[in-house]
Amino acid sequence: MNRLNQLFNTKKDNLLSIYYTAGYPELNTTLDIAEALERAGVDFLEVGFPYSDPVADGPTIQHSSEKALEAGMTLNLLFEQLADLRKRVTIPILLMGYANPMIQYGVERFCKKAAVVGVDGVIVPDLPMYEYETLYADFFKANGLSNIFLVTPQTSEERIRKIDELSNSFIYLLSSSSITGGNLQVSVNIEDYYKRIKAMQLKNPAIIGFGISDNKSFSKACEYASGAIVGSAFVKLLGTEGYLEKIPGFIEAIRPY
Amino acid sequence: MKYGVNGQGYYGDFGGAYIPEMLYPNVEELRQQYLTIINDDEFKAEFNQLLKDYVGRPSPLYHAKRYSEKYGANIFLKREDLNHTGSHKINNAIGQILLAKRLGKKRIIAETGAGQHGVATATVCALMGIECVVYMGEVDMERQAPNVSRMKMLGAKVVPATSGSKTLKDATNEALRDWIGNPVDTHYIIGSVVGPYPYPDMVARFQSIISEETKKQLLEHTGNELPQYVMACVGGGSNAMGMFYHFLDDESVKLVAVEAAGKGVDSGHSAATTFLGREGVLHGSRTILMQTDDGQVVEPYSISAGLDYPGIGPQHAHLFKINRAQYVSVTDDEALQAGLLCSQMEGIIPAIESAHAIAYLEKMKFKPNDNVVICLSGRGDKDLDTYIKYFGY
Repeated sequence: MNRLNQLFNTKKDNLLSIYYTAGYPELNTTLDIAEALERAGVDFLEVGFPYSDPVADGPTIQHSSEKALEAGMTLNLLFEQLADLRKRVTIPILLMGYANPMIQYGVERFCKKAAVVGVDGVIVPDLPMYEYETLYADFFKANGLSNIFLVTPQTSEERIRKIDELSNSFIYLLSSSSITGGNLQVSVNIEDYYKRIKAMQLKNPAIIGFGISDNKSFSKACEYASGAIVGSAFVKLLGTEGYLEKIPGFIEAIRPY
Repeated sequence: MKYGVNGQGYYGDFGGAYIPEMLYPNVEELRQQYLTIINDDEFKAEFNQLLKDYVGRPSPLYHAKRYSEKYGANIFLKREDLNHTGSHKINNAIGQILLAKRLGKKRIIAETGAGQHGVATATVCALMGIECVVYMGEVDMERQAPNVSRMKMLGAKVVPATSGSKTLKDATNEALRDWIGNPVDTHYIIGSVVGPYPYPDMVARFQSIISEETKKQLLEHTGNELPQYVMACVGGGSNAMGMFYHFLDDESVKLVAVEAAGKGVDSGHSAATTFLGREGVLHGSRTILMQTDDGQVVEPYSISAGLDYPGIGPQHAHLFKINRAQYVSVTDDEALQAGLLCSQMEGIIPAIESAHAIAYLEKMKFKPNDNVVICLSGRGDKDLDTYIKYFGY
């Protein structure tokens, strides 16, 4: 059982996760940001490893990825930075990025390295279920890593069941079919979608992401799921002066309880 | 077909559908329906009718006599440049618009490099009265300005892709992002044999009309439907796949795919994917792509916007790996010189893309009775500015 499972076993609602791109806005502050987020009360983290062609991302995360790559961020460097991870941070950490950098690094090597530094899970939006199951699942399992799948309002019930079966920590629920950085859409259809997911009584908790940017959207998401993930809004904060000092205030504003 | 796609969307080690969940329903809908739709008699009849009456097919197979003399073999040019809109791209655009209609889609998006696929897509959307949005790299919009105007005149909205290298790969990213945000009513007409399965197979099938006609025409010209060589340029590889398609299983036919070496394969300014690339994932399929050790996609370079792409279609990656086709490259200079030579020896100004295929004739060694087919995939009107600047006319 990894730190993610322990977290979900003990805390069932209002979970807050933050995404940020490693290497942005400065190359070597990956762990400083993680530490500040834990101190501010965030429940778990998603650290992005940047990719040159992030098709699921909007302008904010595209920009952070481009800057991080320009500064020299690589998977090798990220794992070096994470060597001290568990001396400084206790909350669960996921790595998030695209399939190609992971495949070039070597998926088995990636999984081993992630486990050694104390990473708990991986989110790779463009790694399909079929390829995960047939080529890579054993590497994830052998290293105690959770693989997180995405679900959108268009995902069929049959497929959600299959995703639930393959998952062992949480399911990443998208508020709409969109790239990152949009606005949470709450319409009758969306309410129906959340209710539909809830009624399916999945074994894994659901966390809502994409379009969560403030207290209003966070609270709304928490009505339907165990918690929510904030990405682009936080990455925007990182682009401002004195970002480390602003982190507690940012988290407080999103979840003032 | 021995070299065709398997049930999981793979050609050997290449292919598949590496897409985020947001694209899954759309791609799955296509996967489930494309073969049923395109094998339907009514669909075939409508497709063939439009290819004949609207596109002007069959495109001629022209026996280029002066070339034949110069290169010491029978050189045939498959004249895709004579198609309506000026290139082979229209074949696929017609196929996909008919498919999109049958899927009930109300909006079309497309990416374009040289603008030929964008023009073809804008054209078929006008023909069917369907909304059309074309993504084009900002750099390409500048170097292929006449095609931008053409698309606009045809009623399409042209959206500049301003990320990354601002060329074809970035236009493709933007189109994919659009599709993620419009999952229900929109069909994405991919212009090449790239992207997640079933696109590489679907586009290859629509382009396979090129080799289907060539076989019949060769039989008339030479008494044998099989040539010794078939040659085509490769960016993503749609004209090459259409040109190779019906020859794949005829192992005696040598297939030559010509990539863009740009300023030279080792110059750091090149788009010769099979020389410079390694296996990985790009735009939804496992293929060969130009990338750094860290798996970041390298920005390619070619004077030809249509070949300026860091990957190749997964079926090409497979044909390369198993040596069914030979992958070679020519530089900007060689291609432009070939374009000039073709103009002055055969009276045909080729697209710079197609000029790459022709340029490789210089490096081939033929026997006197060899029959050689080259896909002249597009006409050079859009490239006049580039030719003029280079030669100073």
